[in-house]
Amino acid sequence: MFEKTLAELAQGLSSGEFSSVELTQAYLDRIKAEDGQLNSYISVTEEQALAQAEAADQARAAGEAGAFTGLPVAHKDIFCTQGVRTSCGSKMLDNFVSPYDATVIEKFNAAGAVMLGKTNMDEFAMGSSNESSFYGPSRNPWDKDRVPGGSSGGSAAAVAGRLAPAATGTDTGGSIRQPAALCGITGLKPTYGRVSRYGMIAFASSLDQGGPMTRTAEDAAMMMNVMAGFDQRDSTSLDREVPDYTLKLNESLAGLKIGLPKEFFSDDIDQEIAAQVQCAIKEFEALGATVKEISLPNTHLAIPAYYIIAPAEASSNLSRFDGVRYGYRCENPVDLEDLYKRSRGEGFGAEVQRRIMVGTYALSEGFYDAYYKKALQIRRLIQQDYVNALQEVDIIMGPTTPHPAFKLGEKTSDPVAMYMEDIFTISLNLAGMPGMSVPCGFAQGGLPVGLQMIGNYFAEERLLNAAHQFQQATDWHKQSPVNA
Amino acid sequence: MALDRSDVEKIAHLARLQIADQDVQEYAENLTSILDLVDQMQAVDTSDVTPMAHPLDAVQRLRLDEVTEGNQRDHLQTVAPAVEAGLFQVPKVIE
Repeated sequence: MFEKTLAELAQGLSSGEFSSVELTQAYLDRIKAEDGQLNSYISVTEEQALAQAEAADQARAAGEAGAFTGLPVAHKDIFCTQGVRTSCGSKMLDNFVSPYDATVIEKFNAAGAVMLGKTNMDEFAMGSSNESSFYGPSRNPWDKDRVPGGSSGGSAAAVAGRLAPAATGTDTGGSIRQPAALCGITGLKPTYGRVSRYGMIAFASSLDQGGPMTRTAEDAAMMMNVMAGFDQRDSTSLDREVPDYTLKLNESLAGLKIGLPKEFFSDDIDQEIAAQVQCAIKEFEALGATVKEISLPNTHLAIPAYYIIAPAEASSNLSRFDGVRYGYRCENPVDLEDLYKRSRGEGFGAEVQRRIMVGTYALSEGFYDAYYKKALQIRRLIQQDYVNALQEVDIIMGPTTPHPAFKLGEKTSDPVAMYMEDIFTISLNLAGMPGMSVPCGFAQGGLPVGLQMIGNYFAEERLLNAAHQFQQATDWHKQSPVNA
Repeated sequence: MALDRSDVEKIAHLARLQIADQDVQEYAENLTSILDLVDQMQAVDTSDVTPMAHPLDAVQRLRLDEVTEGNQRDHLQTVAPAVEAGLFQVPKVIE
């Protein structure tokens, strides 16, 4: 049962092979038995899950079941869930029981989904390894001494470790795609504005985007059918029609034009990753695609621009945590300034404090033009690279990450080395286009490799179609770290 | 751009963060290396480039000025650290 995809589980539910309560109980039991090793969940919501499963089974009996009714999913602990602790991986929100639901959560509830629990993550989604979580790092199911990636590392570990059939994630600089690559699962970062940010705790508002983390592209399409859509309550949500993402999965790839950016195949990347990605490209050629080299000449500026824009927006967003209205408050504050400073100093971890300070510095008097404005100008140049390239090709492909999963503790002492792991994912958040990571092989000692696929604005259907066709022709996505 | 201890202390004050004395030096080194990284931007001439705030250059939506949310004060204050009579409590500000 734990190897089944969402699509297969939906089939099993509708044929009566098992009920949602049976399916949910099986996953809850497995989480209880196995998650001590992976630490992929911050909260398991057993009671609510079983109540939702029961309601789903009743809806099915009454003939009111939809495509997602009764399917269990896990949600990154960045999405506000009414009545359930929403910690964002931080001591600051360890005591925060959200009084409302995020739009994404409302949509899953309306679709009849079952929430298994809330997954582990880097604190406030700031990190690439899950090691900045207040709850301790989640671990990579393929090698438990290694990181699952971040920031949606708990979601990736839970899906790869068969502790959830699918999960939500968020991606500000690669936080869906990078952990998906490191854990050998499928992840999609949609076009900026496609999935509502309402109730998704803000990190860098002009970059944050929620999306699915699943076993297969088909499952990601099913998740997108629930998640995507315009939301009045999100001021940067885009009012565009939402297609049925499952409809075009089976279209042929004949004539698909693939671009390989030469900047993504430098000598700095792991050679086994480069080789696996090249093999995957060959597979696409066999499926009828044509391949050409392209250039994204400003790629090297993405990390510098990102590390101004994201911290600047974070320092502004996180100013709301003041120890007054909700969240952590220090003991016995002597005055209001002491209350602010100690609540924030004690409630935030080191990486969050670093980024707040970088952002505060960049936005402080006299530095705005040199840093934030400059970074927004560089952002335009990076976007233009992608716009130009996507006039020539349909999908850009390359590695998702320069290296496979690294060891816990290997990069924690050097923040800049950690930042460089996101070199291939960050530029896409700046440009705002959709991107995926799909499993395409294994490197050193059996660690998964991710193929990154990038499309034009609102080209999620095309990406899912290409990924699905690749998964019909290969079985990398079916490999499991679990001896089931 | 190298930051020293007093820079970090000033930034931490602006950000209202209490930082332990023994951590200031490490933050100074970390922040300096991050600023060195971002300084690569300065080599690029961007004088003719329009800053980009939204990927699809969307503009702020407007709506009619109508009440859409009811009063949920008591519900929302259930998560506050200290409340009395519907007010958030903080240390005494005025003597």
